[in-house]
Amino acid sequence: MTLEVTRQQTDSHSVGSPYVRLDGLTKKFGDFTAVKEVSLDIARGEIFCLLGGSGCGKTTLLRMLAGFEAPTTGSIFIDGVDVTQVPPYERPVNMMFQSYALFPHMTVAQNVAFGLYQDGVSKDEARDRVADILGLVRLGGYEKRKPHQLSGGERQRVALARSLVKRPKLLLLDEPLGALDKKLREHTQFELVNIQNILGVTFIIVTHDQEEAMTLGTRIGVMRAGEILQIGSPTDIYEFPNSRYVADFIGSVNLVEGRLVEDEPGHVRIDCPQFGCTVFVDHGVSAPADSIVSVAIRPEKIQISRECPEGADNVVSGTITGIAYLGDVSRYLVTLATGAVVRVTLPNIFRHETRLTIEDAVWLSWHGSAAVVVTR
Amino acid sequence: MVVMAWLSCRGSDAMSVIGLRLRQVLVRQSPMRQGVGRKLVIGIPYLWLALFFLVPFLIVLKISFSNVQLSMPPVEPILVFAANQVVQLRIHLANFSFIFGDSLYVAAFSNSIKVAGISTLLALLLGYPMAYGIARVRGTLRNILFLLVVLPFFTSFLLRVYAWIGLLGRNGPLNALLMQIGVIHEPIQLLQTDFAVYIGMVYSYLPFMILPLYAAIEKQDLTLLEAAADLGCRPVRAFFSVTLPLTKEGIFAGCLLVFIPAVGEYVIPALLGGPDTLMIGRVVWDEFFANRDWPVASALSIILLALLSGLVLLLQRVQAAEKSAS
Amino acid sequence: MKQKRSLVVLSAMCFGFVFLYLPLLMMIIYSFNASRLVTVWDSAHSPTLAWYRELWTNEEILSAAKLSFKIAALNAVGAVILGTLAAFSLERYTRFRGRTIFALLTTAPMVLPEVITGLSLLLLFVALQQLFGWPSGRDATTITISHITFSMAYVVVVVQSRLATVDRALEEAAMDLGARPWKVFFLITLPLIAPAIASGWVLSFILSWDDIVITSFVSGPGSTTLPQLVFSKVRLGVSPDINALATILVAGVSVGVMLLGLGMVHRDRRKNREARAVLVPES
Repeated sequence: MTLEVTRQQTDSHSVGSPYVRLDGLTKKFGDFTAVKEVSLDIARGEIFCLLGGSGCGKTTLLRMLAGFEAPTTGSIFIDGVDVTQVPPYERPVNMMFQSYALFPHMTVAQNVAFGLYQDGVSKDEARDRVADILGLVRLGGYEKRKPHQLSGGERQRVALARSLVKRPKLLLLDEPLGALDKKLREHTQFELVNIQNILGVTFIIVTHDQEEAMTLGTRIGVMRAGEILQIGSPTDIYEFPNSRYVADFIGSVNLVEGRLVEDEPGHVRIDCPQFGCTVFVDHGVSAPADSIVSVAIRPEKIQISRECPEGADNVVSGTITGIAYLGDVSRYLVTLATGAVVRVTLPNIFRHETRLTIEDAVWLSWHGSAAVVVTR
Repeated sequence: MVVMAWLSCRGSDAMSVIGLRLRQVLVRQSPMRQGVGRKLVIGIPYLWLALFFLVPFLIVLKISFSNVQLSMPPVEPILVFAANQVVQLRIHLANFSFIFGDSLYVAAFSNSIKVAGISTLLALLLGYPMAYGIARVRGTLRNILFLLVVLPFFTSFLLRVYAWIGLLGRNGPLNALLMQIGVIHEPIQLLQTDFAVYIGMVYSYLPFMILPLYAAIEKQDLTLLEAAADLGCRPVRAFFSVTLPLTKEGIFAGCLLVFIPAVGEYVIPALLGGPDTLMIGRVVWDEFFANRDWPVASALSIILLALLSGLVLLLQRVQAAEKSAS
Repeated sequence: MKQKRSLVVLSAMCFGFVFLYLPLLMMIIYSFNASRLVTVWDSAHSPTLAWYRELWTNEEILSAAKLSFKIAALNAVGAVILGTLAAFSLERYTRFRGRTIFALLTTAPMVLPEVITGLSLLLLFVALQQLFGWPSGRDATTITISHITFSMAYVVVVVQSRLATVDRALEEAAMDLGARPWKVFFLITLPLIAPAIASGWVLSFILSWDDIVITSFVSGPGSTTLPQLVFSKVRLGVSPDINALATILVAGVSVGVMLLGLGMVHRDRRKNREARAVLVPES
């Protein structure tokens, strides 16, 4: 918890005054609260990812930023200006829609130029700017095509060009890669970051895909039930989750409950009945002694061996009850004497390894810094 | 008396009630992006329908409680000058008691339902296999057949009914054909019979039956039939246990689309039916134009409407119950 | 077993299509019959165009047709405007006071027996005349108003179902790019629902052109539409010039529908071709 707070403070110090500020934003639909008291600062040129499952309120938050939904309470500032009551057609914000929302009755050029014409940009200037932006997204020569004549990836790039051509102060992207297949998605991720670097536009991306959020985002906000649970860099979110939900939502994790038995500033010990031992963690926690907390350990941070390892911070023994070979890594399920199942991931470094097999008795060990204690 | 007062208030103040409703729509405190445009978009058609559909309806209701008078309009303006309400109340309900007391009207109602019901059934029996056939044909032929079903809908209803007058006439082609093949020896009366009305109804409303049926059959997943066959179900049984239940919605919609206009139909019984083919649409028409009895015509309309909406509600409930059961 | 079922289907289809088209065919054939007795084929003088010629010189029919056309066209314009507005309200503004009543009002004219609609509208016009002096009598105006009221319901159905398929994100995208709501409607929504509006127009035109019951209630002595004229003639029995008139109308509509059908097939083919041309080299 303390960790979280200090991290945020350093962030806002390093980037100066916020470019986009959400202040106590709440949206209710009847009795249902879609977004609850969200306050958030985003710096200029940042790529901020809102990550969460479906129905967590991330899309509603995005739509409030675009101006399609009016907040029930709270306000939105962009570049120091309160835009809370500004209609979408007057906001310096553009959005790239999940479905791309390309106008089917217009050509690529007409689609991209649409926003420029709304601002009364002259025909000549519009033509130049459309050509420039289409060049940037590598769609030069596609001007005369209609959306139904484009592939999925091309449509995505037209949508991107259309939302960038007005040089918005803020670009909102709703699941920008959601409709692309896996291969194309990986490629496009880097292209998107590249274009953002060139134009320096501030991005807010909504996604349910943690991998997408981790590759694209400079910072990630994890949302659940209308609230932002944690904000931080991809590393922070993954290595120092502040709650059971975040730990579980991002990546794979072993979560066990335990009682805080020894609380020192530099380390703690937690009695975990499920592991049948006390777990040593080399960082302090801000929780009263004897309270019930959870210990989160990532599967790749656990070592697995046939012999009992010497001098490890934490050691438990068990039996392998499941193996999944995934090529780059293998996943093991190890059942402890207490009946608890621990997930362990090991990279397949050697082609001919003396592989562990089912029913093997093994020892699991992990370093004191591997585990994270979460109190909520 | 209280009822009457309430009704009269409703009738004469209908405009202001509508006006109030409209003002509520128009003046409602609107959040962002709900400006004047939105109010106009909703308000204009709303106002139109209120004025030319809702208000007329309330007037019909009002006049159905009124009494005939020899003037133009031939209705006593009782609701405005309510001096002796007790007496008038007795007179007003008289229209309804008159209708229910006269076997002619009761017969007209029951006959309308009978004719519409039988016509609907006939249209279903003919329409289902047709829709099935069209839906199971592939390619251009299907489009052509579909167009052939839709085409009559776009040609004049009146003229299509008229076409049967010639066909069914005493010296018409149908009688000639029947005599030719020796079924009958002298022309029989086909026109101005209930038979002619059934033909006219089925003929006019067949496209209404076929279109929803076609839509329902066409979207059916054919692998379901393959699955049924794979599980040992013979085609005919597969039809009755798979296709038919799955197209229930289409059958329902088709029957409703045929039955409802058929109940109130005027043109077909007037042109093809005999003088004894009593149908409620025709009776309303005659009460209005021939007898100039506006209150009775209005009262008949109200009863017909109550009947139809009751029926629709009932069917909806049945459908909803079925849906929740499944 | 399978053959047995096919037989049922096949015979029903044959019977059905004969049933649908035989009366029209007979009417067309007899329109070329020289005999005034409609049911007797006068082989000595037939086929003849005499009835068509007579039709062309019949002032009564011509002026009724002209009036019907005028009313139908005006009605179609009015119904399309009001119907589109209503469809837009119902589809896009999901929450406003009185929406349920509004939805009911837009669908009710379709299920209400025409006799009732006609009667109630006439009573309204009479009441209005008594109260405000307008409309002074029944004429083309009252007919047009009545036709708009019931045909806009059909436009609502057609346009609303089309609107439902238009992705709202398109409208939001346009707004996001700086277009004001009315501009969004004219630049994005309208072009996308144009086909539905066109079919709504045609449908309203035909409904009005064809209507006899409602028209009979709300028309005055000076305004006789074509269906009214036909109806009064037909009540007296079959007449050969009506056969000729029917033939012209049926032929006109058939040609129109067929052209429309061909156009649709052609457009589908072109779209398929385009799609293939684009997708094949890439994949």
